[in-house]
Amino acid sequence: MVLTAESMLEATELACMRGDRILFTDVGFRLAPGEFLHVRGPNGSGKSSLLRMLSGLLLPEAGTVTWQGRNIKNNEEYHRALIYLGHLNGIKEELSAMENLKITCGLAGFDVEEKDALDAFERIGLFGREHLPTKVLSQGQRRRVMLSRLLVAQTPLWILDEPIVALDTDAIGLMRSLFELHLENGGMLIMTTHQELELSAGIYKEIRLTS
Amino acid sequence: MSIVFWVIKRDLLLAMRRKSDVLTTLFFFVIVTSLFPLGVGPEPQLLKAIGPGVLWVGALLATMLSLGRMFAADHADGTLEQMLICPESLSLIVLSKVVVHWLATGLPLVLMSPLLGLQFGIEGEALRVLTLSLLLGTPVLSLVGAIGASLTLGLRGGGVLVSLLVLPLYIPVLIFGAGAVDASTSGIGAQGHLSLLGALLVLALLATPKAVASALRISLE
Amino acid sequence: MSKINWYKYSAPVTFYGLAGKMFPGFAILSAILFAIGLYISFFVAPTDATQGDAYRIIFIHVPAAWMSMFIYVVMAAYAGIGLAFNTRLSAMMAQALAPTGALFCFIALFTGSFWGKPMWGAWWVWDARLTSQLILFFLYVGFISLQAAIDDPRRSDRAGALIALVGVINVPIIYFSVKWWNTLHQGASISLTKAPSMAHTMLLGMLIMALACWMYTIAVALYRVRLIILERERNSTWVSDLMKEMK
Repeated sequence: MVLTAESMLEATELACMRGDRILFTDVGFRLAPGEFLHVRGPNGSGKSSLLRMLSGLLLPEAGTVTWQGRNIKNNEEYHRALIYLGHLNGIKEELSAMENLKITCGLAGFDVEEKDALDAFERIGLFGREHLPTKVLSQGQRRRVMLSRLLVAQTPLWILDEPIVALDTDAIGLMRSLFELHLENGGMLIMTTHQELELSAGIYKEIRLTS
Repeated sequence: MSIVFWVIKRDLLLAMRRKSDVLTTLFFFVIVTSLFPLGVGPEPQLLKAIGPGVLWVGALLATMLSLGRMFAADHADGTLEQMLICPESLSLIVLSKVVVHWLATGLPLVLMSPLLGLQFGIEGEALRVLTLSLLLGTPVLSLVGAIGASLTLGLRGGGVLVSLLVLPLYIPVLIFGAGAVDASTSGIGAQGHLSLLGALLVLALLATPKAVASALRISLE
Repeated sequence: MSKINWYKYSAPVTFYGLAGKMFPGFAILSAILFAIGLYISFFVAPTDATQGDAYRIIFIHVPAAWMSMFIYVVMAAYAGIGLAFNTRLSAMMAQALAPTGALFCFIALFTGSFWGKPMWGAWWVWDARLTSQLILFFLYVGFISLQAAIDDPRRSDRAGALIALVGVINVPIIYFSVKWWNTLHQGASISLTKAPSMAHTMLLGMLIMALACWMYTIAVALYRVRLIILERERNSTWVSDLMKEMK
């Protein structure tokens, strides 16, 4: 992961409308390597919409998002640098954890070695379950399958919507150390979470949305 | 291009794990076409005359009913969302998904059609033309159907809505497809009809993936 | 608060007033033209030598058929502009035009069938024109039901626009295929509009009726777009001010 000071995300004057309701206006921030942006706010304040906007799924009503100075719309480089994990797990129940991981990474444009995938599953606590169809796994285990992507993908920007929901304390501890390592290596992290999550690494930034 | 490989591999794997889906569509086709002789009577001349049209309408309806599978499950579990933000071209992803949809629904219909054609007394050259017309036409049905499927993602009553959107657009395929068989039996030769079906296929291949890609972006916002 | 592109939002506000001013003009014009057109159709135009008085139905049938096709193209154009430039007003115009287009389509089908009875001795004939008209009606129904099924106005506008554009690309293909199908199966059928020697007064009556339908379409679309604007902007301050004024 080679990052320079200029490789960063910048959002300016973002506005979001859902239906005929304005969720937020004039949201802006800059994110540099090693920074952690915590998006806070009550339910319905538009946190998820903001994250979807930053990942390019939702077109902003106004304002722009740029990556290294270029708009993220149709920006292949940006989408190569990004992992977005939303509310939905994004895994197929009929496929095993291994198949799911290989395929999602394949779609994102890089191949995963079987050995690396096994390592990742072992670290995240899915050892021995990697070849079971994910429909027999518990909610928390499925969440781990989704999060295992963070262990194998070397992308600088993580956008995570409530990543630690449904996880037990061990897994939360693992995620925390993973986030810290990511930030120490110069990665960037944008996250929403209702649980308190103190990170000992990185520079903390915060956006507070009101309803 | 590796994206094409991954999407096709993934969707084929899913189709293999859910073989019953493929079979239900196929049996729907068989049952619907078998109802017509019961409805209009077993008169061989009549059945021979309506046979091509019945098989084509059956294929149309079977494809339409299977459209829900193209994107709905991926939409519900969030994998479609991941495809939208992946760095590769969404049109290519769409095209790959449609190819697999056709392999899992269109192709079985094509393979089954000679058997059903025999039930209607269609034989020889006419049967060959019927199968060929379905081979050329069913991919168009999958492609055009993808537009309807992507626009109605997550809507209440989506299934019925898809038929309203898609069936009128299927009419040219139906006309040239069923017409090809009539033309061959009446001695005009099916060449013209089949060429036009081929033209429709090329047009659909060029135009629909982009339209479906924008429809998916609209539906997932 | 001021960073949203308010230009986009101000457009419906100003257009609401403008449409209100334009509506009566077009409505009155349409009423006058309908009166003249109907007078010509019923009293001035001569009785047809072969078809008798039954032919007089073309004075509504033909203009309705013209309008139904024309409106579909205009609707798709508005929808396309809305999709390309993200202008909300053009999407609203597309939405406002659709029911009128469907109405004309229905009138053309209904009157065509009524004309068919004395002409062909059947209520419905699978003639190329009637069949394409029927398919056009299906396309209208698809557009309207898709928009009605989507609650979010932005998605509804953009999804409707896409299906309208797909439809407008398909209309020539459908028309051509139906024509091909028809000539293969039935041979030449009686042409509806090509009366061999159409009297000038007949043509004049038809044109005036078409113009009347056109004015009616504009008037109704303006009226409907005002309602759509009110509904969409119901939470904005200018609408609540307007409501207070009306009370």
